Amino acid sequence: MTVIPIDRAERADPGHPPVLEARGLTKHFPVRRGARHAVVHAVEDVTLTLPDAGITAVVGESGSGKSTLARMLAQLIKPTAGAVLLDGEAAPARQRYARQVQLVLQDPFSSLNPVHSVRYHLARPLQIHGVNGAGNGRGNGPGNGQSLDSLVADLLTRVSLTPADQFAAKYPHELSGGQRQRVAIARALAVRPRVLLADEPVSMLDVSIRLGVLNLLADLREREGLTILYVTHDIASARYLADVIAVMYAGQVIESGPAAQVTDEPAHPYTQLLLSAAPDPDRTEPPSLAGRGAPPNLIRPPSGCRFHPRCPHAMQVCAQERPPAAEIALGHSSACWLHVKGLTPAQSRPLPGADRNPGSKPAGPDAGFKPGPVPGEEKR
Amino acid sequence: MSELAVMEASDILIEVSGLCVDYGLGDGAVHAVVDAELTLRRGEVLGLAGESGSGKSTLAYAITRLLRPPGIITAGQARFGASVNLLTAGQRQLRGLRWNEIAVVLQSSMNALNPVLSIGTQLFDVLRAHRPEMTRAARRARSGELLEMVGIPADRLGNFPHELSGGMRQRVMIATALALDPSVVILDEPTTALDVVTQREILEELMALRDRLGFAVLFISHDLSLLAEIADSIAVMYAGRLVERAGANAIFRAPRHPYSLGLLSSFPALHGPRRVMEGIPGSPPDLRNAPAGCTFHPRCRFAFDRCRHDPPPLLDLDAGTRAVSCWLQDGTAVVPEELARAVPAGPAVAAGQPGSPDPAAIGGQP
Amino acid sequence: MAKLLRSPKIIIGLCLSGAFVILAIVGPLVAPYNPNTSVSTTNGTPMPPSAAHWLGTTQVQQDVLSQLLAGGRSTILVSLIAGVAATVLAVVFGVTAGYFGGGADDLLSMLANIFLVLPALPLLIVIFGFLGRGANPNDIVIGVIISITGWAFGARQLRAQTLSMRSRDFIDSARIVGEKSWRIMTHEILPNLVPVVATTFLFTVIYSVGTYTALSFLSVISLSHWSWGTMLYWAQSGQAAQQARIEWWWFLPPGLAVGLFGTGLALLNFGIDEYVNPRLRAAGITGRRARRAGLPRRPRLGLTPVLPGRRAES
Repeated sequence: MTVIPIDRAERADPGHPPVLEARGLTKHFPVRRGARHAVVHAVEDVTLTLPDAGITAVVGESGSGKSTLARMLAQLIKPTAGAVLLDGEAAPARQRYARQVQLVLQDPFSSLNPVHSVRYHLARPLQIHGVNGAGNGRGNGPGNGQSLDSLVADLLTRVSLTPADQFAAKYPHELSGGQRQRVAIARALAVRPRVLLADEPVSMLDVSIRLGVLNLLADLREREGLTILYVTHDIASARYLADVIAVMYAGQVIESGPAAQVTDEPAHPYTQLLLSAAPDPDRTEPPSLAGRGAPPNLIRPPSGCRFHPRCPHAMQVCAQERPPAAEIALGHSSACWLHVKGLTPAQSRPLPGADRNPGSKPAGPDAGFKPGPVPGEEKR
Repeated sequence: MSELAVMEASDILIEVSGLCVDYGLGDGAVHAVVDAELTLRRGEVLGLAGESGSGKSTLAYAITRLLRPPGIITAGQARFGASVNLLTAGQRQLRGLRWNEIAVVLQSSMNALNPVLSIGTQLFDVLRAHRPEMTRAARRARSGELLEMVGIPADRLGNFPHELSGGMRQRVMIATALALDPSVVILDEPTTALDVVTQREILEELMALRDRLGFAVLFISHDLSLLAEIADSIAVMYAGRLVERAGANAIFRAPRHPYSLGLLSSFPALHGPRRVMEGIPGSPPDLRNAPAGCTFHPRCRFAFDRCRHDPPPLLDLDAGTRAVSCWLQDGTAVVPEELARAVPAGPAVAAGQPGSPDPAAIGGQP
Repeated sequence: MAKLLRSPKIIIGLCLSGAFVILAIVGPLVAPYNPNTSVSTTNGTPMPPSAAHWLGTTQVQQDVLSQLLAGGRSTILVSLIAGVAATVLAVVFGVTAGYFGGGADDLLSMLANIFLVLPALPLLIVIFGFLGRGANPNDIVIGVIISITGWAFGARQLRAQTLSMRSRDFIDSARIVGEKSWRIMTHEILPNLVPVVATTFLFTVIYSVGTYTALSFLSVISLSHWSWGTMLYWAQSGQAAQQARIEWWWFLPPGLAVGLFGTGLALLNFGIDEYVNPRLRAAGITGRRARRAGLPRRPRLGLTPVLPGRRAES
């Protein structure tokens, strides 16, 4: 059950594997209290490819699993199932992996150690990975032979924190949120990674400086060919920055495709709900929300399609089986039974209570159908 | 003259002029709010927009005298209705005013619910404190009514806060605020911590309640695009000062202050062609070392000499329907084209309306 | 840092404890007599303070002041050593448990809990008894033994602090960058915990002073080892407090010394606490300024003060 995002058309090269790929990634967090085997199904069977020098956005609300996905891709968390592939092969161990894939976190106020200067933060990755020939002497590229200070200055200039020597001496509490986030990005760039994973990098910044940081990311992709994963809950900024948007709901990717297409012609009912709920001052009438309610409890997620309890178009089959990723247009796919042809009349009968109000219970096993085998529940 | 003058004085619920609020005393004092001016009319939704350090929350709490130490109100006036001077009112008068007439929903107040008491108990407490003559049955009935009003079934009165989702807890806080049928509800970033769909639902319910019960709303938020959708008029604050006040449509389509212009171009559009947007270079100032003259001038594309020395006063424009604090609008300077657009008649404007500034930006970095 | 030195608690605390530490270093050198020497063997009554003996004499005519100085060195040395040893143990156990979590945490926490629950004084009595009646261990050994019972509390505190720090992003960032675990603990976490380590140290020193004095008073530790507790033992067995003319100069000086030393350390502790937790500090408006401006000294919540006399009338 794969969701297939498209490579950027100009760079599509079927022979070359994508830089970073998540294949069937699953994460279940054990829950201590209550039932012995209770787990939170935070991420379920996610497959995502990051094309070379492309910007992919993962959009979802809190609890959708997007941050967990990013941390699994950074190898901070071990997946329960599935694999992370670098250049088509199994990802190497942490230290070598860190040279290729780096992560920038959300909170600029806690991502830097308050007792260390900016220079220390930037020098450590250089020293650990020997980028300048110091440390374990594995330096390569133009950094070889350069002094640590000039490398630090280079990094600060790349993220537009100038004059560099002034900033290098500062401590985190002397910087603004946007400046701290730039230092965090500079630190991630120190090891010259090929992939930058950014987990909500601008959500905690002031509105007027968010674009500056987003433009910096776009710039890094243009100038240096960095592959970027941008995780966010704000679909408007995802549309602004990314080539491809993947929408996550309750731990699964439910739609993915080119950014403009996903936002202009959303195919999945959840994406439609998201877009109608997002603030849009250009709107001429107030939006009508189809599908109210809240994301499901991930300890006992709904059977079949996890969105079916809220979906105004829910059918019988939606409660029984998880929908496959159906291709709607080139590179645009949606995991929804509405797009699958050839359903039997029994399967496509609307679920009672579709178009329902918040608070009412979804149709359950007592409504009279046989729950079929549900892929994904066999996994431990 | 302006249509505003036609309205009766009793229509004005809250009137603030020249308000100054400091944190601390003496030389080290931080001027959090300087010369703020605000008018809230019956049934109006006024949006207070700004980023961190703008003073929007400080202003709202100062008006209701809920500011924590070391906050001090150092100058200005704040009235409720025609008769109550909020700044000289004593403890008893304020107590009578608060919740009966002015209700406040604090930031992330969904965490303000006591975790060991059921939400029913907390609603009863409010009613018991302000309406001691209510019987227990009446209180229970009213609490159930309040929950239904915000879309929660009344049988959840016995639930504890941890059994409710974030969105439902926020709804409970709104219900608590409306318990005594106030005429003003002040909301400080009520939906920031919630997801987009829940946010939209809660705002819809709030506006529906406003239509039904007729209270005025002071809505504080950093999300200008949200305010443009729900507010009648918007006041934009920057570094403690009010920089622009106008109708929501007017500010969104035809801003007059460079900061409003920059702020609007910081929200990427959901539809329409994808363009590079710049936001505003630099970052909000440290209030302890605020720039001289106009506090926005270091980040302003159109700054000229006068901006660096004299802080501009709040000037009335467009026959009193707008107020802007900018030297460009004092009648002598040439107004740049981006700040001189005509206000379109209605909200129906084609998406893709030119709304972005030139990409040129002065130096500095966020 | 400068703010630290302006706090009155810290100044007084530093002066007090500093004075004692100096006393511990130079005391026995300037003591007028040998604490063991009896000046005269015929007088059986303790003598009150006089020109020759500033703090009087004991029953067997030993100089109280000299005993105080000699005992002071021992007491302070033991408590400082115990403090250092206990702090080192607390840091190692606490930070490791908090950082690694899981099985290591469970094991180390269990150890800490055991030592926390074991009654300290009885345990120490048993250990010292084990060493034999005639044994006279030196100060360092005593200090280390006392630290066995004093490290657990600090370890729990440090574990809690490490746990809360663990969830902060800069620890995750350090791991992503490729830092090794031991380096994260020593260079990233520990520098942030310096105030907690300082208070742990001060707390264990106070605890050790009391414990050592109690052990000496109970003569669990050899009586030939001078300390304030030993002085109190002799005073008590000489019934100094039950005499018709209370022989206060015998038991008051050591008791006061323990009390003052502990007070000095406690004040230092409070001062550091205040500095670290800004909410304990008076927030921005000192009493004097407020009074000058005509505002209430402690503004009530819900009644934001308004500066009088400057309100513009419409």
